[in-house]
Amino acid sequence: MRTKIVPNVATALEGIPDGATVLVGGFGLAGQPIALIDGLLAQGAKDLTIVANNAGNGDTGLAALLKAGRVRKVICSFPRQVDSWVFDGLYRAGKIELEVVPQGNLAERIRAGGAGIGGFFSPTGVGTLLAEGKEERVINGKTYVLESPIRGDVALIGAFKGDRLGNLVYRETSRNFNPVMATAADLVIAQVDQIVEVGELDPESIVTPAIYTDRIVEVGTREWLR
Amino acid sequence: MTLNRDELANRVAQDIPYGAYVNLGIGAPTLVADHLDPERDVTLHTENGLLGMGRAAVGDEIDPDLINAGKIPVIAEPGHSFFDQAASFAMMRGGHLDVCVLGAFQVSTSGDLANWHTGEPDAIPAVGGAMDLAIGAQQVWVMTDLLTKDGASKLVETCTYPLTGKGCVSRVYTDRAVIAVGPDGAHVIELFGTTLEELNELTGLDLK
Repeated sequence: MRTKIVPNVATALEGIPDGATVLVGGFGLAGQPIALIDGLLAQGAKDLTIVANNAGNGDTGLAALLKAGRVRKVICSFPRQVDSWVFDGLYRAGKIELEVVPQGNLAERIRAGGAGIGGFFSPTGVGTLLAEGKEERVINGKTYVLESPIRGDVALIGAFKGDRLGNLVYRETSRNFNPVMATAADLVIAQVDQIVEVGELDPESIVTPAIYTDRIVEVGTREWLR
Repeated sequence: MTLNRDELANRVAQDIPYGAYVNLGIGAPTLVADHLDPERDVTLHTENGLLGMGRAAVGDEIDPDLINAGKIPVIAEPGHSFFDQAASFAMMRGGHLDVCVLGAFQVSTSGDLANWHTGEPDAIPAVGGAMDLAIGAQQVWVMTDLLTKDGASKLVETCTYPLTGKGCVSRVYTDRAVIAVGPDGAHVIELFGTTLEELNELTGLDLK
């Protein structure tokens, strides 16, 4: 019987090499695959490039991975937050590289990466520092800038429920970057609160179809939903 | 009298069209939501994937999975929908939002906006959705105090901070005046406790 379920987080993360580019879902803490990030910390891969909206909050999750010195570069839209002291310290000490990408371009670059698109012209960022050195083109009288796709070696996805085939649904605004990231990596690993039987998820409402998911691990209901 | 924050938010709210789809930026613009007449049927969008956002959540309503772009827990209005980040920014970039209200470090008389980066060497650049919002909505309005804490005008001939978007702002709502900006330059729509002469003195501009 076909199953993508793995028994635990350690198994889910097997084989992630040093130097990997890892897409990490979430917007702040919502939809952040905390168990997988903690697992990656234990797993030991280093010299990582992290693609995420933020660069960690507080001292846990992504921030803990950064603090352990395992991340070489962060590609994100909004590193600076009230609780991003770990990233801020590393950045000011010159210990981490940063590529800042406008949030919509970040999402669309990942979408393009997952959809086999070689690049696209975006109006976002035209005439700003973040478009410097990029090809511009005027299309129907409007100026656009060429943006390249982003793909990961690995994507870590924070979903709500999934089945053994790999179908996923999300909860409220914890969806955010997760569904596009699930399309754009060679190895897609999803943590879910709960694994349900095949057929239980409404096919009209499945957000990430099974084809994208490689491994799925149940991590239990989060505190605030108990 | 010049306007306080709440009065300014209320003034912005009066100009939001009936039935509009609106994105309110992080910070002061969020206050506009408190002054929208429910009869106006305005729908709020938040770029982290929610159309039909309601007020800030309190007490048992707080759900860490349901937040706004400022990562504050909110409630959702009846008829709301959730979508992913690519869809959310497609909605924005595709021109489907009617109005976006943003804060600013500086706005130029031609409508250039600077609101993401001070450009100082030790500042950590963080753009978030600001550049997408600046060029995405049909109308982009800025809501801000006219002057910085140091008394410098935020309405300027040319922005000196790094730009967020070029020629994207159409109107600037400040505590002292509402000013239209754009390719034809700036002109004053309304004054609050300030004469045109005083406004020109404060901004160093020759506004009409």
